[in-house]
Amino acid sequence: MTRRRITAGALHLLGLAAVLVFALFPFYWMISSSLKDQVDLLASPPVWLFTPTLDHYVEIFTDQKVTAAVVNSLVVATSTTALSLLLGTPAAFALARFEFRGKADLWFWFISNRMISPIVLALPVYLVAQSLRMLDTYTVLVLIYLTFCLPIGIWICTDQFRSIPPELAEAARIEGASQFDVFRRIYLPLGLPGIAVSAIFSFIFSWNELLYALVLTRREVQTAPVIATSYMTGYELPWGKIMATGTVIVLPVTIFALLVSRHMVRGLTMGATK
Amino acid sequence: MSDGRTAPASSDAGPAPAASPGRSAPRPHLAHGRWTPLFFVAPAVIALLVIGIYPTIFALVTSFRRYNLTRARDGFPFVGLENYRRVLSDQTFWETLGRTAGFFLSVMPVELVLGGVIALLLHRPGWGFVRSLTRVSLVVPLATTYAVVGLIGRLVFNRDFGVANALLGLFGVPALDWLGSPTGAFIAVAVMDVWQWTPFCALIFLAGLSMVPVEVEESARLETSSHLRLLRWVQLPYLLPGLTAVLILRSADILKLFDMVFTMTRGGPGAATELISIYIQRLGFRVFDMGTASAQAIMLLVLTIVLSRMYIRVFYREIQ
Repeated sequence: MTRRRITAGALHLLGLAAVLVFALFPFYWMISSSLKDQVDLLASPPVWLFTPTLDHYVEIFTDQKVTAAVVNSLVVATSTTALSLLLGTPAAFALARFEFRGKADLWFWFISNRMISPIVLALPVYLVAQSLRMLDTYTVLVLIYLTFCLPIGIWICTDQFRSIPPELAEAARIEGASQFDVFRRIYLPLGLPGIAVSAIFSFIFSWNELLYALVLTRREVQTAPVIATSYMTGYELPWGKIMATGTVIVLPVTIFALLVSRHMVRGLTMGATK
Repeated sequence: MSDGRTAPASSDAGPAPAASPGRSAPRPHLAHGRWTPLFFVAPAVIALLVIGIYPTIFALVTSFRRYNLTRARDGFPFVGLENYRRVLSDQTFWETLGRTAGFFLSVMPVELVLGGVIALLLHRPGWGFVRSLTRVSLVVPLATTYAVVGLIGRLVFNRDFGVANALLGLFGVPALDWLGSPTGAFIAVAVMDVWQWTPFCALIFLAGLSMVPVEVEESARLETSSHLRLLRWVQLPYLLPGLTAVLILRSADILKLFDMVFTMTRGGPGAATELISIYIQRLGFRVFDMGTASAQAIMLLVLTIVLSRMYIRVFYREIQ
């Protein structure tokens, strides 16, 4: 019996190790490739042990284009996050605390936004932005990113706000506080964990987005994912540069995602599963 | 179209998701004036109406016009349902939809089975540290920028120096030109999708497994030593809501799938990996036929609305 137990335990560990390798391998391969020199990169079969070099990172950061794209991505993702919190937290407050007509409809509409394919909006937004001369501006990207950041932010914040005891708000109202005071002085500070999670989600989603950025930007506000795809022309691809750029794009969001790993599923399913 | 995107009318379904059994009763609500909620909700609603609904109406209008950007001088005449008629009789469109469905049917079984196995491994007691490390590592694929996943895929499946061929070579499989052959490219894209989204299934199933009351699971373990019977009769009922969520969300996601395929194959070789979003993008932004592309986008939108209504019906209305 004990021997069977030990075998089962060993198999369990082996299984877990396999999952770990499965989950991290492509990520590892990207980083290790970004540290290989050109000869090691094109070696066949691929080399596993090599002398790491930071050349590709030096190369991409001396190239103005990549630095500018990373800055663009930062500006767009940060502005989207700020704006979605500014608009989303009051809405979440109302959804969590008030009963009003059309509330359920509103709620379902927010959830439906999670499903909409970006290509549906990309076509008309391109035409509208073109006629308003807004192509290749931060504004158009930030606004369009709100269509997916705002619903998710509202969802997470509502959930958080609902866990705040309503007695606190009642007491404050009796003391003469306005609804806005209740929102600002009680719900915002106490709901901070949820607000932080929704901020991180906003940031990740707008940082990772490619389709809108590809269609709506030209030269000035190209974001990092667009730059990463721009190497894909020509005969010989600069794989070291591509993987270094990829690492620069992926690393910050991975760190953010690890911070909210507990909420990842809730964010991706709009709370259908905990 | 605004009407279509607004969710079904219902008076008392609150925001509480129904998927979590044993959720406490709704809390009392604050007393408030008639206009107070409006004041708080208005900014978000107006923003989403302007940026979401207005372009949708624009797309609807465009879909009734001949709207080719390369022939803008001819103007954009109103042509009624011609674009829709053209789309419906366009063989490529149906092939693309079929390919998208085929992609869904290829990746989903793998993701569900692998995800289920991973969830069971993570749920099983023992190896505490390795287990939490593994659980956290599942977040990495989910957070990786979709476009970069495609780039990694392109490197990994390279014919000459890709690691996929090297690893398969260990088992005696001859080197394949993955991205150069239609079937190979389809498989390669599917593998990258499986890598990125299996963790999603695993984490949802894991959440389901941890909903099984400890006492129930323990007493069932005393009754039977068969893992399969435990899974079938005790754990499965708790996995079903998650399964439904995965199926609906993943089908919406595959209709949306663009970034990864675009960077990995651009839909090629030929049209081997041209899924619906890639096809509409090519028609709109590389052929510049906005009218037809809009008609397709509207049809895609209708499909999406059906999906999201299903989702809402299953997960947010059971509470009544």
